[in-house]
Amino acid sequence: MRALGNILQLGLKELRSLYRDPALVVLIVYSFTLAIYSSATAIPEAPHRATIAVVDEDRSPVSQRLLNAFQLPYFVPPVYIDHAQMDSGMDDGRYTFTLNIPPGFQEDLLAGRRPAIQLNVDATQVSQAFTGAGHIQQIIASEVAEFAQRYRSVAALPVETVVRTAFNPNLTRAWFGAVNEVVNQITMLAMILTGAALIREREHGTIEHLLVMPVTPIEIMLGKVWAMGLVVLAAASFSLAVVVRGWLDIPLQGSLALFIGACALHLFATTSMGIFFGTVARSMPQLGLLTILVMIPLHILSGGVTPRESMPELVQQVMLVAPTTHFVQLSQAILFRSAGLDIVWPQFLAVAAIGAAFFAAALGRLRKSLQ
Amino acid sequence: MTEASVARLDNVSLVYGKTHALDGVGLEVPARRMVGLIGPDGVGKSSLLALVAGARQIQQGSVQVLGGDMADQHHRRAVCPRIAYMPQGLGRNLYPTLTVLENLEFFARLFGQARAERRWRIDELTRSTGLHPFLDRPAGKLSGGMKQKLGLCCALIHDPDLLILDEPTTGVDPLSRNQFWELIERIRADRPQMSVLVATAYMDEAQRFDHLVAMDAGHILATGTPDELLARTASSNLEEAFIRLLPEAKRSHHKALEIPPRRASEEVAIEAHGLTMRFGDFVAVDRVNFRIERGEIFGFLGSNGCGKTTTMKMLTGLLPASAGEALLFGKPVDPHDLLTRQRVGYMSQAFSLYSELSVLQNLEMHARLFHLPAQRREMRIREMLERFELEDEVDSLPDRLPLGVRQRLSLAVAVIHQPEILILDEPTSGVDPIARDGFWELLVQLSREEGVTIFISTHFMNEALRCDRISLMHAGKVLDSDTPQALMDKRGLPTLEATFIAYLEDALAEAGEEQPGATAATPPARVAASREQHARFSLRRLLSYSRRESMELRRDPVRALLAMLGTVLLMFIMGYGVSFDVENLSYAVLDRDQTTTSQSYLLNIAGSRYFTEKAPLTSHAELDRRLRSGEISLAIEIPPGFGRDLKRGDHPQIAFWIDGAMPVRADTIQGYVQGLHASYLQELAREAGVDSAQPAEVAIRYRYNPDVQSLPAMVPAMIPILLMMIPAMLTALGVVREKELGSITNFYVTPTTRLEFLLGKQLPYIALAMVNFFTMVLLAVFLMGIPLSGSLLTLSLGALLYVTCSTGLGLLMSSILSSQIAAIFGTAIATLLPAIQFSGLTHPVSALEGASAFIGGLYPTSHFLTISRGVFSKALGAGDLLPSFVPLLVAIPLLTLASVAGLRKQEK
Repeated sequence: MRALGNILQLGLKELRSLYRDPALVVLIVYSFTLAIYSSATAIPEAPHRATIAVVDEDRSPVSQRLLNAFQLPYFVPPVYIDHAQMDSGMDDGRYTFTLNIPPGFQEDLLAGRRPAIQLNVDATQVSQAFTGAGHIQQIIASEVAEFAQRYRSVAALPVETVVRTAFNPNLTRAWFGAVNEVVNQITMLAMILTGAALIREREHGTIEHLLVMPVTPIEIMLGKVWAMGLVVLAAASFSLAVVVRGWLDIPLQGSLALFIGACALHLFATTSMGIFFGTVARSMPQLGLLTILVMIPLHILSGGVTPRESMPELVQQVMLVAPTTHFVQLSQAILFRSAGLDIVWPQFLAVAAIGAAFFAAALGRLRKSLQ
Repeated sequence: MTEASVARLDNVSLVYGKTHALDGVGLEVPARRMVGLIGPDGVGKSSLLALVAGARQIQQGSVQVLGGDMADQHHRRAVCPRIAYMPQGLGRNLYPTLTVLENLEFFARLFGQARAERRWRIDELTRSTGLHPFLDRPAGKLSGGMKQKLGLCCALIHDPDLLILDEPTTGVDPLSRNQFWELIERIRADRPQMSVLVATAYMDEAQRFDHLVAMDAGHILATGTPDELLARTASSNLEEAFIRLLPEAKRSHHKALEIPPRRASEEVAIEAHGLTMRFGDFVAVDRVNFRIERGEIFGFLGSNGCGKTTTMKMLTGLLPASAGEALLFGKPVDPHDLLTRQRVGYMSQAFSLYSELSVLQNLEMHARLFHLPAQRREMRIREMLERFELEDEVDSLPDRLPLGVRQRLSLAVAVIHQPEILILDEPTSGVDPIARDGFWELLVQLSREEGVTIFISTHFMNEALRCDRISLMHAGKVLDSDTPQALMDKRGLPTLEATFIAYLEDALAEAGEEQPGATAATPPARVAASREQHARFSLRRLLSYSRRESMELRRDPVRALLAMLGTVLLMFIMGYGVSFDVENLSYAVLDRDQTTTSQSYLLNIAGSRYFTEKAPLTSHAELDRRLRSGEISLAIEIPPGFGRDLKRGDHPQIAFWIDGAMPVRADTIQGYVQGLHASYLQELAREAGVDSAQPAEVAIRYRYNPDVQSLPAMVPAMIPILLMMIPAMLTALGVVREKELGSITNFYVTPTTRLEFLLGKQLPYIALAMVNFFTMVLLAVFLMGIPLSGSLLTLSLGALLYVTCSTGLGLLMSSILSSQIAAIFGTAIATLLPAIQFSGLTHPVSALEGASAFIGGLYPTSHFLTISRGVFSKALGAGDLLPSFVPLLVAIPLLTLASVAGLRKQEK
């Protein structure tokens, strides 16, 4: 009872401090509104506005037909160029794709000589290169087949495929992007707010003041955890309800309550991490660097930017230690696949375990660093 | 202005929020004199000095200094080399990690002194102040008195005509204080043309000054020589004179303090036996013993850094003792014993209450943390507000209150739970005489009426005289301990100050420390000051800032190491970790046909390296559940009668369910599935002997990375991202930290321009970032085997421009934001999202739309990413990449100008 009272008081103090730092409040609001919006709308559909140029040496109806097939929003209208421009254009990164339609393409096609079109792909444009090349191949195949069909019969396929994408039928990138950004902001804020709050208390000497009172380190920590957690949780819930659902008009199917529960658990883990880094860093400049060094891998490797399946086994294993990895999985499952607790309990457990580990480590270090 | 005055203020007012720091002040400061500003805290002394020094912006009225208007930027620039300003606070204008020599050299360089002149002056100054033996000691490790001497040396290094000292001896022991004033007198003897303007809270010091200005509540009460003031008020000492000068209303509060005798008590409240504290080799507290009875007021005297604070921390349990033991109420101090804490109140040296909470909120929080029952809590808070006269300030924030009021609040907080022991660490440092007397009245009440034991440290001799017993401390040792009268009797000296000085001199002689020698009377031959002092832009000043910044960076090896190792580590993790080659996708099959035909179709998929098969599905419900849980990301359903239908030519359909929650992965799966299906069809056709080949083929050539490996694609992209975030974060705290810690004042009052300051700070970080860059390129080429097909020179040139941008971005954040937390957060926001998502790492910038396209187009990372990929993979030269160089070249001056605009050259 005593301890609970202390924890409540210590948390209230954190909230009051935050209220007095308007610049910080503005940054928090920004990161859960505009940042989410711009990030969600940034991620293009694949391929989206891909740049393509054509060296058309055939100038035949079929080549014309092919070119007309590349349309917005997938492709910006193709540009006609010659061989020399093809190289320089790709070097400059002006075109990600160039097509070379050889002379006599239509003639060869109709004669059944199976002519070849050369497709050059700028492999440095990683993701667009791979998915885009597949799309271009398909477009060419179907256009050519249709054209050829008018002149000679092509047999129907013996086996047909029906592909359905569950949970996001049109694979709209913004759906995933928005939620993923919310996850990122939650992690970043929770870590910076608690870590910096701890270092500020140390730099201003207020922590000593607390320690001569009948207050234990664990109460000091829990006070920060609940207060900062609550702020971020409120901001994240607002963001999901108003920015993601309202402004971005993304249908979130699953239970929002379950997701908020998951958020709370994740915040326990990330605020504990924040305090842990606050005890590792000796000064604000060190904390700043440490934050960046931890945030980059969390941002890129937890499965939000590229699928986990694409990472080497070792990285996948190591990233299991990061709470974000599980939280990304959780939020996908809950918000898009409407998964219930019966399905996502292993991730809940994992986040709780990681949180507890960081909490224990932070508490140990806090006790030590204060002496 | 006449020849006789060095500064003139006319009708000067200064308002912070609702507080009037100065209210229509008019003042003439005579030249070639030592002029003292006296008065309580928070009456505007510091504000006045800052205005005269040019550190603070003038709001109203005119300030003429050295023959010109301080509101005029050109005049300020012209005269600031002739003014020296030492702000309030021990070592506020020093750089704690730099050594004494390095601090001095920094200031000397700022004023454009050449090596020989610099050496000669530093030698001269340090010898006359006794700092010479400590040239290599970091400023942060000097004692309070030495810090102030060093501050003075730094101020005097350029032979100023006007020396402004803001409470230079607050928190300094009496011996050092004496030495300090002797030093000033010697310097004035050498340079009689110099005017000195000093603020002080010690009235006994004011006696030395030529001319005094008494201030109260933003007004000037009186001016004149000390004797004139004494005569005017018919007082015997200045302290009395000042009190008589105050308006009637304030004076009425004051009455002479009387201390009733103490009743002896058998009970021992605090006891120490051989208490020792070691930090590494340094012994901060050396075998200290004392025994304090209940209700006693026990004083601790000594200079800053002599071990008083450390002893107090050991008593409160904040620091565990290295040896010996401390007992409270006969029980050893146990940091985990919460019950003892209820009986102890502690007030630390620096104001350590929450400046974000109001007076009432601070009191309330402490009352709650000490668990006063609800009813008593309210009563007690009201009682405290009344007793400490805080009723009018209930809703004020502590930062806005004068120091004296803040100290009252601190004491109120320390006693709110009615402790039996009070440990007070310099509670009256920097508090004016009247407020100090009021404070002591409270202490006496607590001790005599409530039997509270008080353990207090102080610098004021008149306070020490009020203690029941005192301990004199120096360099971790207690020199002697007895009642004040007994100590004076032992030495046979009339005052406690003289007694303490005698003790200190003995201790110093024993330790063999060098005493400040008399200066060589030769007046310093003034080496012609270089013309650069007045130049609008001086490379020398810029470089002296760079030099200092890089020294500080070197003193914090953890930060540099983090920056270096962090980049390397991250490049490895990201280079190997991010790949677009998606493998091991898990899938499961709902085979409702179970014939050899369906199995041969599935075999085709199972054999692919892209997919990993999980346990087969048995129903649609299971399919749904497992897809939902994310255990499988693809489900394949083969309809009943698949084999039969295929043979009959009935075109059976196979259904693929792909998890669309992560669109990138879903796209990839879709592509793989179609490819595998096509190859199955070809196989089928070949078996049947039918020509099913496509009418035309598409031959794909992946340029620049023919094997489509992820590493060569990712590493040239990771280098720009890391070179954005880490250098930006390194510089992000550069300016804002100086703002928080106070050394920014040096920039306000020296001839440094904003551009010199910012560029000077930026240079070392550009160098560090370039080292980072070369390390990453070396690792990429030699360890990760990524060919560098273009010219290293082009890439390096691009990197140089780029890191100038990224460090510039960090500095911009640092210039415009005012707290370190906001700067860290702001920099994280300004770098993470745009660099990772809007700059072409995964999606080309041309594919973006809306705000992100706009940001991506402007953001430096986009352009350096093009350069990096162009040079690494495409063997492009500088000519080809010109369109990417131009935006960087444009961004550099824009960022710098924005930082210059965001940084103030004066405090507002």
